[in-house]
Amino acid sequence: MKDDQFIIGILVDNAAGVLTRVSSLFTRRGFNIDSLTVGTTEDPRYSRITISAHGDDAIRKQIIKQVRKLYNVKEVKILPVDNSVKRELALIKLRNKPQTRNDILSAVDIFRCKIVDFSPNTLCVEITGNSSKIDAFITVVKPLGILELCRTGVTALERGCIYLNSETKTFEEICEQEKGEE
Amino acid sequence: MKLTGAQITVETLIEQGTEVVFGYPGGQVIDLYDALYQAGDRIHHVLTAHEQGASHAADGYARSSGKVGVVIATSGPGATNLVTGIATAHLDSTPMVAITGNVSNAMIGRDSFQEVDITGITIPITKHNFIVKHVEDLADTIRTAFQIAKSGRPGPVLIDIPKDVQTGICEFEAADVVEKEKQRLPKEFKIRLAANMIRESQRPYIYIGGGAITAKASQEIEELADCIDAPIGSTLMGLSAISHENPRFLGMEGMHGHYASSMAQNEADLILAVGARFSDRATGNVSKYAKKAKIIHIDIDRAEVDKNIASDLGIGGDLKIALQELLKIVEPKKNLEWDQRLDELRREEQEQFQKNCSDDLLEPYALIHEVQKHTDPDMPVVTDVGQHQMWVAQYYRFHKPRTFITSGGLGTMGFGLGAAIGSCLATGKKTVLFTGDGSFGMNLNELATVSKLNAPIVIFIMNNGVLGMVRQWQNLFYHKHYSQTTLDRKTDFVKLADAFGLKGYRISNREELSDVVAKAMNEDGPVLVDCLIDKDELVLPMLPPGGSFDDIITLKEDPS
Repeated sequence: MKDDQFIIGILVDNAAGVLTRVSSLFTRRGFNIDSLTVGTTEDPRYSRITISAHGDDAIRKQIIKQVRKLYNVKEVKILPVDNSVKRELALIKLRNKPQTRNDILSAVDIFRCKIVDFSPNTLCVEITGNSSKIDAFITVVKPLGILELCRTGVTALERGCIYLNSETKTFEEICEQEKGEE
Repeated sequence: MKLTGAQITVETLIEQGTEVVFGYPGGQVIDLYDALYQAGDRIHHVLTAHEQGASHAADGYARSSGKVGVVIATSGPGATNLVTGIATAHLDSTPMVAITGNVSNAMIGRDSFQEVDITGITIPITKHNFIVKHVEDLADTIRTAFQIAKSGRPGPVLIDIPKDVQTGICEFEAADVVEKEKQRLPKEFKIRLAANMIRESQRPYIYIGGGAITAKASQEIEELADCIDAPIGSTLMGLSAISHENPRFLGMEGMHGHYASSMAQNEADLILAVGARFSDRATGNVSKYAKKAKIIHIDIDRAEVDKNIASDLGIGGDLKIALQELLKIVEPKKNLEWDQRLDELRREEQEQFQKNCSDDLLEPYALIHEVQKHTDPDMPVVTDVGQHQMWVAQYYRFHKPRTFITSGGLGTMGFGLGAAIGSCLATGKKTVLFTGDGSFGMNLNELATVSKLNAPIVIFIMNNGVLGMVRQWQNLFYHKHYSQTTLDRKTDFVKLADAFGLKGYRISNREELSDVVAKAMNEDGPVLVDCLIDKDELVLPMLPPGGSFDDIITLKEDPS
């Protein structure tokens, strides 16, 4: 029973109040959310919520079963750690001083992120990657003077021909369909 | 046919088989009440004294009939007054549809007069809820609400209907009664695993909960118990699923359960949980719960499996089907040593009972036995919450499912009188309500409803002048600091009955017991009986909080 972090993909009705229902379930049952992202999907009927949470095996199973009971939830799944693409984006505003500018630029280079705003006193970095990469970058630039910071939280997709939405056509089905159209 | 939203609401309720609705009018449901007025010959509305009473009545109606209970309230305070009733239904998995009015869509969010976000408030205490924004969606929303309420593990659903949706007009076409959603079948290999575990056990124990009643699985449970030679114990919510006449039935287990039932559970090597959820009141300290037992947990709600207690085998699905499948393959067996041990436990329980009771005092069990003499097996018995509830659960002998109506999970004091109204209307039978002076005080305004309906409800108030259950805890675990539990009120319940237009009686001692109970039970209309019992009477056995079944308190303190 390890107290591991895990990522849950949830496909929900694209309707008002659904996010409240999902997040209030976590509060009510005492499950911890590390991050939560939500947005539209390829199918306008559904939104996709990605929740990063932690807890032992029993908690993980309970979360899935409780979330599945919500009327607006269509699909819910723990995304396998070793077979998923996980990304988070952060915007970090730093002090723009001649003494530290080179350190910042080399960190930006090493972490392969971008400078998206530059003003006489501040500059803003956009960094994308998994959460630990962003953590590492923040550690490096912290002494250089972080003025403001925001992170999106993790969003994730499973690799290969595996879809959260069970209605999504498989690769073979799409090929069949295209053949028919030709 | 073009109808208003209010008319559509009423027509859809009727279409879905609703015969009775409970409720209370108000500003934002005037249109709905106008539609009810027009349809008065096809749907019966029961006006209660308070929305909370209406919500408990709809709950009691649903528990007694198995049908969806319907309650209507206005926006704002009307809606918030339903909250306790909805939460009560939610915790005990009762199918209910609550309809609230709200201010017009354009007025929402402006803190308008009597505006609350009732869907926001009731998210955690409903299976699902809706706010209807367009009259075109109304009929289907109500149908979906009925389907959600009665499918799978039943529960309450709330529909909030803004005023402009009630007045809006659209085409309406009646549809069929919605079917319950199909449930996935229990997995076959799991049924086989269960049969193997049963074969290997020597001390099996069948532990049933409210799900056994919902699933109508009484017969299957009894057959399985006979086949594998196992005793049956029940949670509070499971009572009435199995007749007390069944010699295998040990009664309620748990915090105030029967000694034999609790101890057998503690000593079992296999617990087969059927539609029960291992509530803390049923298990005591979970870390010490039934350590010798393997656990098979069958429940329609898969989230219950491994929620409170880690099971060795979880089977999701309909209980009745799971048990039928199990009965096809399970091997009949005998557990002779276990049977002997169970007899021993039953004897011990009987001895404790004899030591605890006396012949001359007006003891709760004596009252319950006396009342039972005048009841038939179909009569609903309703309770409030507290000591009297536990005594009824322990001593009343139930024979048929859905005859015991009580607030289990939420433990709602004030539930009883409203629920009794609902049960009485659902069954058309004389209904017995056991209550305490504390619980009764909470919603006694519903006497007005009982009296107006002239409903044959016989109310027995176990009046000890104290909040007995909390006092019992204070007595046993809080150094007899009776903080705010001595009511010491001047209420004369007999006069109160008279004021509300009911017959009132009082039983002050054991000698008066049989005559007065007989008189009360033979009245045609509603009756209230004020029964003066001793304030220091305890509910025993008792599992101390945080304790295990080894710590069970069984005997009254020796006064010397």
